[in-house]
Amino acid sequence: MIKLTTPISEKDIRALKVGDQVLLSGTIVTGRDAAHKYMVEDKPDFIRPYLLDGVIYHCGPVVKKDDSTGEYSFVSAGPTTSRREEPYQDTVIDEYSIRGVIGKGGMGDRTAAGLQKTGAVYMHAVGGAGSAIAANVSEVSKVFMLDEFGTPEAFWVINVVDFPVVITMDSHGNSLHKDVFEKSEKNLAKLLGKA
Amino acid sequence: MPSLVKSGAVKSDSLYAPHGSLYDSVLELIRLCSTTLPPDIVKSLSNALSTEEGGSIAKNVLDSVLSNIEMAKSGSTPICQDTGSLAFYIHYPLGVSQIKLRALINEAVQEATKKQYLRPNVVDPISGKNTGTGVGLETPHIHFDEWDKDEIEIRLILKGGGCENVGIQYALPHSDLGASRSNDGVQKVVMDGVHKAQGMGCAPGIIGVGIGGDRITSMEIAKRQLFRKIGNRNHDPVIAEMETELVANLNKLGIGPMGFGGISTALDVFCGVIPRHPATYYVSISYNCWALRRYTMTISYDRDNGTLGEASYD
Ligand code: SF4
Repeated sequence: MIKLTTPISEKDIRALKVGDQVLLSGTIVTGRDAAHKYMVEDKPDFIRPYLLDGVIYHCGPVVKKDDSTGEYSFVSAGPTTSRREEPYQDTVIDEYSIRGVIGKGGMGDRTAAGLQKTGAVYMHAVGGAGSAIAANVSEVSKVFMLDEFGTPEAFWVINVVDFPVVITMDSHGNSLHKDVFEKSEKNLAKLLGKA
Repeated sequence: MPSLVKSGAVKSDSLYAPHGSLYDSVLELIRLCSTTLPPDIVKSLSNALSTEEGGSIAKNVLDSVLSNIEMAKSGSTPICQDTGSLAFYIHYPLGVSQIKLRALINEAVQEATKKQYLRPNVVDPISGKNTGTGVGLETPHIHFDEWDKDEIEIRLILKGGGCENVGIQYALPHSDLGASRSNDGVQKVVMDGVHKAQGMGCAPGIIGVGIGGDRITSMEIAKRQLFRKIGNRNHDPVIAEMETELVANLNKLGIGPMGFGGISTALDVFCGVIPRHPATYYVSISYNCWALRRYTMTISYDRDNGTLGEASYD
C-alpha cells in the first residue's frame, strides 16, 4: 500500500502505475454532474484553493446535519459512475490543476489524454462501500452550492484519512479498464466458440 | 429476523395509520433493506473472497466490501449511498385496500428518507428537479396481487442506478453473436451482456434473466428473479442446468470484483421463463450489483377480528 496526502506533487503522481493500491489522506472535494458542468462553463474561483494539486471525488453522499451545531457529517459516501463526466473531466483537471480523480467504472480516452498531459491519475474507489468510506471521512469542512445543486451534487470539501483506492488509469496512458476489457473479450470469444 | 413491532388487534381503519404497527413494520423493512445485506449474499461474497488470490486487488476489494457490510449493519447506515429505486411487490388478502396501502407505503418511504435510510432519488426527467422526498408520480413502484392467504406479504428491492444502467435486452436470433433461438443462444447473449457490463454495475453481480415475454414482461420477470436466494435453482432441470453452466462460464470471463480482474464476476444467475409470441424471443438481463438489497416481509392479518400478527423478515 502506498500512502499519499493532498496536496500531491506532479512527481509523486507520475510515479504511480496502474494497479497500485493507495491510501489517500488530506483534503478532497466531491463533485459530480452539476459541479463539472459548472466548473467548465463558469470556472468558479471559490473551489480553486481546494483543488490545486488536489483530488476531486465523484460522489453523491448521504449527509447528516446536526441540528444543534449546524455541522455536517457523511453517512454513506461511495463513488458514483465517472463516465458521465467524460465531456468535462480533461478541462476541469487542466483548469484547476487537479492531481487525482476518484470515482468508479473508469473513464474514456479523452480523460486518459488529460491525465497524461496535466500529470494526474484516476483512482478507483470500491463501488457500494458507502458506509466504510464515510468512516474514512474525518471532517466535512465546507460546502459550496448546496442550495443550488442539492445534497448529492454540491461541492463538499472534506478531510479523509486512509481512503483506499486503486490506480486504474495512470499518467502514462495505461488503463486497467482497457486491459481487463481486452482480456475478458478474448475469454468471451472462446466461450462463444469463436476463438 | 426478530420483529421490533408488537403484535395485537387493530381496527381495520387504524391498520393504515401512520405509526401504526403495519406502518412501523414497513419502515423497518426499508431500514433493513438499506442497511443490512441479506445473509445469503454476505455468505456468497465471503465464498468469493476465498476463491481470489492472496494479495490481489480482487481480494482487497472483496475485503472492503465485507467490512463495509459489517459497518453498515452495526451503524444502521446505508450499505451504499445509492439507495436505489424502490420496487414493492405485494400480496394481500381480500378486504385490504390498495389505495390505503399505497398511501401508507408513500408515508413510510418519506419517513425513511428523512431518517437517511434512503437518499432522495426521485428526479423529474424534464426539469431535472429532485422531489427531495423519495416519492413522486407512480414512484415508488408498487405491484399488487390479491391472494387467498390471511397474510400480507411485502417484498422490497432497492435497485441501484449504476447496475440498472448495465441491464440489457436482446432479441433472438442475434447474428453477430451467433445466438439462435435455443438454450445455447440464451447463454451466449447472457455472457455478452455481462461482458458489456464489465465492472460498471459494481461486480460481482447477481444476474436476473428473463426468457420470453414481451419487451416489458421479459424485463419484469428478469428483475423478479433477484428475489431468489443464492444457490436456488429453477424447478425445471433444463433451466437449472443452464443457470449452473452460466455461473461457471461467467466466472471464466476474468472481469472480477469492480472489473479489476479476478475470478468472481457473477455470484449467481437466476433464469425465469414465460411464454413468448411466435414472432418474438427476448432475453432480458437485470444486472444487480453485489449490494443486492431485498427482503420479504410477511405479516398475518385476520380481517374478521382485525388482528395483525408480528412481522417477519426473510
Ligand atoms: S451499482 Fe450498487 S453498489 Fe454500485 S454504486 Fe450503485 S447501488 Fe451502490
